[in-house]
Amino acid sequence: MQRMNTTDLIKGGAIWGFIVLELVFFSVAGSFWSLSESAFMDFDNMLLLLKQSAPIGIIAVGMTIIMINGNIDLSVGATFALSAVVMLDSMNWPIMAGLGDWAIPVAWLLALLTGAVLGFINGIIVWKTGVDAFIVTLGSMLGFRGLVFMYNGENPTFHLNWTMVDIAEWDALGVETPALVLIAVVVVAWLIMTRTVHGRNAYAIGNNREAAVNAGLRVGPHMLINFVIIGTLAALSAVAFYSASGSVNPNDGMLFELWAITAVVLGGTKLTGGSGSIIGTFGGVIAIQLLRKGLGHIGADTETVNLVIGSILIAVLFLDRQLNRKGQEELKV
Amino acid sequence: MNTDRKPALRLENIVKTFPGVRALDDVSFEVFPGEVHALMGENGAGKSTLMKVLGGIHQPDEGRIFVEEAEAVMTTPLHAKARGVMFIHQELSLAEELSVAENVYLGELPRKSLGRVDWATLYANTDEILKRLKVGFTARTRVGDLSIANQQMVEIARALTVDAKVVIFDEPTASLTDAEKVVLFEVIAGLQAEGVGIVYISHRMEEIFKITDRISVLRDGEYRGTLVTSETNEDEITQMMIGRSLDLSRRTARGEVGKTALRVEGLSCGSLFQDISFDVRQGEVVGFYGLVGAGRTEIAETLFGLRTPSAGKIFLKDEELRIHSPIEAIRHGISLVPESRKEQGLVLGMNCRDNITLPQVSDLVAGPFVSDGAEVAIFDQYRDRLEIKTPSWRSAVGNLSGGNQQKIVIGKWLAMRPEVLIVDEPTRGIDVGSKSEIHNLLRDLAARGFAVIVISSEMPEVLHVSDRIVAMYQGRVMRIFDAEEVTEDSLIQAISGIENGKVA
Repeated sequence: MQRMNTTDLIKGGAIWGFIVLELVFFSVAGSFWSLSESAFMDFDNMLLLLKQSAPIGIIAVGMTIIMINGNIDLSVGATFALSAVVMLDSMNWPIMAGLGDWAIPVAWLLALLTGAVLGFINGIIVWKTGVDAFIVTLGSMLGFRGLVFMYNGENPTFHLNWTMVDIAEWDALGVETPALVLIAVVVVAWLIMTRTVHGRNAYAIGNNREAAVNAGLRVGPHMLINFVIIGTLAALSAVAFYSASGSVNPNDGMLFELWAITAVVLGGTKLTGGSGSIIGTFGGVIAIQLLRKGLGHIGADTETVNLVIGSILIAVLFLDRQLNRKGQEELKV
Repeated sequence: MNTDRKPALRLENIVKTFPGVRALDDVSFEVFPGEVHALMGENGAGKSTLMKVLGGIHQPDEGRIFVEEAEAVMTTPLHAKARGVMFIHQELSLAEELSVAENVYLGELPRKSLGRVDWATLYANTDEILKRLKVGFTARTRVGDLSIANQQMVEIARALTVDAKVVIFDEPTASLTDAEKVVLFEVIAGLQAEGVGIVYISHRMEEIFKITDRISVLRDGEYRGTLVTSETNEDEITQMMIGRSLDLSRRTARGEVGKTALRVEGLSCGSLFQDISFDVRQGEVVGFYGLVGAGRTEIAETLFGLRTPSAGKIFLKDEELRIHSPIEAIRHGISLVPESRKEQGLVLGMNCRDNITLPQVSDLVAGPFVSDGAEVAIFDQYRDRLEIKTPSWRSAVGNLSGGNQQKIVIGKWLAMRPEVLIVDEPTRGIDVGSKSEIHNLLRDLAARGFAVIVISSEMPEVLHVSDRIVAMYQGRVMRIFDAEEVTEDSLIQAISGIENGKVA
């Protein structure tokens, strides 16, 4: 929506600069310390990275929309898990057995519907009660996770269907389905946020809710739509991931909300709402996945990876703050 | 004022540049103890930068500052405080949940052993200062329970905790009623008597002439000179500030008045206002004047659907309306330019164009997407018509001056072709030059056949733009004046609740 001027371009481009830095660093460091034979920037490795980014990435796109709108959704991890449970369990239902491979799209639709309904529940509560989205979705995060456990106790839910696995692992020019889904979601969400009335109004509401009300915008419905979008995207993420794996544990998707928020914030979207971009978030997702892979490539363990990502998140936001402060001071003369 | 004494504050050739801008260019003036020294200039003239230099937030590139003839190098706000240079900021910075005493001594609470707060001393010291200010609340009052005017007194009390040499007031009357202003001026006179030097920043001429001794004027960062208040007049000051003179004479003659656009009968809203009846015709400006709290803004909010009336009827062109939300008000052609532009009127993070098209963007679509061309066309039309000065439609609206921001809000509603335009405090926080532009614009809109309601706390403004004036007192209409018959005295009597010489 905001056409970019030079400063915006620098700020919006920062995440891509960071990605280039990572690529260079890990390529060079990898040539000294790596245990593997292949180069870090190997093409297949990059395609794999895109695919691995998909589950969090798809959710992060939804989180960007929610955060631009001035809300937050902590329940996405639980929505992700519950949608996966519905998808895999429904394929075990007797009625689905009669459908043959047509059971696959039906199961997918059921999963997406689950996500949409859960998002709708969040949205309608936020709209009608006026309770802060943080509190509402904190509650629904616990509640939805409870539903996951009620469904199948501590046991995993599984269903293996080779046709479904084939679809999930299908590729176009080496880009596999989950990566394609991520790219499609990024493009569509970007169009929604930059080109449509809904996107424009979402920015306005997030930036100044009172002025939006005074301009006659329907604040509640816009927020509701966005919660349905993020719920559906959390389910889509589950569809893309579990179609291949075929088995979901009741604890799956835990902390996904925090990883998604990390990617969104790294990509330049503000916690206070009203500004941010889908493309920035895409950059944030790639940057995090690069760090994980890169640190793994040079032999760091998972604990170290988390420590580094956490530190970088704080450092990036500190830098951003410094840059913004400088900008403001110059404007105020 | 005693000019034999050494100045409380003296600035010598202050220069401050920012990348690309010379914000302050060779500024020199001095303030004597017991003097009220006005600092005037349009928005962007460098007043805020000068304040920041005095407050130790910015360091001057060249020049020197003297407090009581001792050079003061101030690199942090604490240095300024230590030298006795205190600020009363336009925007209050108080902790609402804490008591008056805690706010006054924030960060410097008197202590006993083991870091315990010495509450007895704290309250005693604060009450002493409050006594000097002659206010009606105590050290133990919760700040959030005080009116804006009294919160400002807390800020002033804060300045009196140290031995203040210079107190700088930045637009202190911006949100005060006339009665509250009187109290503030008494406090300022008290400080004056104690020998404190006072720098008084304000756009309001009548205040300047009422309380100041001398006036220093800035224009585009340049120091234009200092005038003795008793030897100058509004024209001279205005000319120094904007480099040309302004026509502040009475409004242009009334245009063609058409049919009744809006009629309100017996409108009430709980205790906020009762039994309000008036009408507005096409082609006229109806001014609402009264003290803050008289219910003017609340009436506007009710007409705009932000409040639900408890009784009464609203007619638009003789058709009765039920308005429950701004959405319905806008659909019927009632628009509101709200009191606080930045909080209620603008989406500051958005660009100029998007702010103008905000209410109608859903009608500007081509297929699934918003039509860029249609939006830019609307922006261009209203930029030209309202003479909005902005580098481009892409500029963030937050970077514009107050006057241009207000034009964006007005343009947003004009683009919706309203029947009735309500403008609440049209020129709050807007500099002199833009003020008259906004006034002319409002008159021009009426001449084009719009029905305009203007709510204002400034009497010259109401007198200048209105064809008729609704005088309000404590939620009631006291009298509706015709512009030809109104006098300042009768208007003041009406808004103070005096009817035919008797208190109502």
